[in-house]
Amino acid sequence: MTFVFEFLYLLAAVLFIVGLKFLSSPARARQGNTLAAVGMTVATVTLLASMLMSPEPVTPGNLRLIAIAIAVGAVAGAVGARRVAMTDMPQMVAILNGCGGGSAALISTAEFLHMSHARAGADTMFGCIIGSISFSGSVVAFAKLQGLVSEKAINSPVQKVVNALLFAGLLGLVGMLAFSGGGAPAFYALLGVSLAFGVLMVMPIGGADMPVVISLLNSFTGLAVAATGFVLQNNALIISGTLVGASGTLLTMLMCKAMNRSLANVLFAGFGSAPTATGGSIAGATKSVREVSVDDAAVLLANIQSLIIVPGYGMAVAQAQHSVRELADLLAKKGVDVKYAIHPVAGRMPGHMNVLLAEANVPYDQLFDLDQINPDFERADVALVIGANDVVNPAARSDKTSPIYGMPILDADKSRHVIVIKRSMNPGFAGIDNALYYEPRTSMLFGDAKGAVSKLVEAVKTL
Amino acid sequence: MTAGLMAEIWVFALAVFVGFEVISKVPVVLHTPLMSGTNAIHGIVMLGGMLVLASAHGPALTTLGFLAVVLGAMNLFGGFVVTDRMLEMFKAKKKPAPGGKP
Repeated sequence: MTFVFEFLYLLAAVLFIVGLKFLSSPARARQGNTLAAVGMTVATVTLLASMLMSPEPVTPGNLRLIAIAIAVGAVAGAVGARRVAMTDMPQMVAILNGCGGGSAALISTAEFLHMSHARAGADTMFGCIIGSISFSGSVVAFAKLQGLVSEKAINSPVQKVVNALLFAGLLGLVGMLAFSGGGAPAFYALLGVSLAFGVLMVMPIGGADMPVVISLLNSFTGLAVAATGFVLQNNALIISGTLVGASGTLLTMLMCKAMNRSLANVLFAGFGSAPTATGGSIAGATKSVREVSVDDAAVLLANIQSLIIVPGYGMAVAQAQHSVRELADLLAKKGVDVKYAIHPVAGRMPGHMNVLLAEANVPYDQLFDLDQINPDFERADVALVIGANDVVNPAARSDKTSPIYGMPILDADKSRHVIVIKRSMNPGFAGIDNALYYEPRTSMLFGDAKGAVSKLVEAVKTL
Repeated sequence: MTAGLMAEIWVFALAVFVGFEVISKVPVVLHTPLMSGTNAIHGIVMLGGMLVLASAHGPALTTLGFLAVVLGAMNLFGGFVVTDRMLEMFKAKKKPAPGGKP
């Protein structure tokens, strides 16, 4: 019978691998997710069967508890996932990831108590440490994205000292539990130090880098799950956890690459912690911006040949994607060639903008990524920047002192006119001022993305 | 070192390579769904919680196991549902595409 169970676990693992493979191709991604879910069902049913058929079958009381726990978690998870707005997706992924990490930490703790040894195995400690870091780190990431904690990067020299002390304490506890045996108190201390470490790791990181952090924590949870697989001697957990750990690490690297930064830079640089001195004279007094009225902008937009829309997180926050599509449709009817330029890190997660525009039924063939669209800006009559900032900041090309120097940007400044829809002149997410706004070819249309775009729609209709 | 542990290490090492290989060429568009999809897969931690809870004696272990299963199930079900919602939209947009082109 064990043979059959092992075979079914293998089947589940294969389904996960094929599912992941499909998830990385646009045409089959949804199938991939379904395959992985089927794999999960196979693994769960197999485990239940093996529990019931084992020489010491699970007691009816515990079985009932298992059923209740699954039902509670399933309802909470599925209802939350159904209700969450597409704009809040990063927070959702963060909190779900925290659940996984927390679960792994609890399992490690339970196994340690179950063994009732003074010492702990490497796998148990690893699951406890990484799971706890992933849990508390994800909670902080969630709080930051949700606006419960300041999104700004928080950075102080004191913190580096505290981090170093915590790390030393962590090593000490690991040594104690591995060799001399510290018992339960040492294990609880390990749990506490790891939780604190997770908080302090994510706290200094600015909101703009949160996607990378969530991706990293995602791979952490994967590794913690793999560790619990070693603890419980279950191959299905080892394979799935490791798959996620490895692919999550690669995904994290790819995201860093899209921003042209290294992972170490993201984690330790305190990016956006303070307003930078870049073009320090931009105090507003020396440079002036040109403002444009809704009606003038509408007239301009209705009488051009080609328009490139550059959406950013501001558009997402204002839920303006539907109005944007309406505007694009209206202009298309008037003969304007409309394209969307999607920066790899537009929004708050890579690909986030594509999801939001897809939600608004923007045709897929109007979306272009950075390499495809950049040559087109020179020929475009207008670039309409909606709630985007850093991804169109020319300082990334030219200003070596700028923190975003070297990040690939959309060349919106090369088009004939630029219209920027923005709430105010406050610097964006990363706290860096944008030279594009002071260019003579740029006009600012102040207002929140949804209000401004809706007014543009009305104005274009009356033309 | 037991033969069982060695076999587990083999599985681990090979899974690392598979994990890297399988998503090596993923378009940026799919980064978010892929992140949430892999997130759902580590929801398998629920099974670990079930194993703990199945053999739990006493209030401490039972509570730990129960919470582990609840959190794992949230991760698992939430992850798959949220990923499916995102990917559903990618598909839905293909319909207006032919007529929507100017």
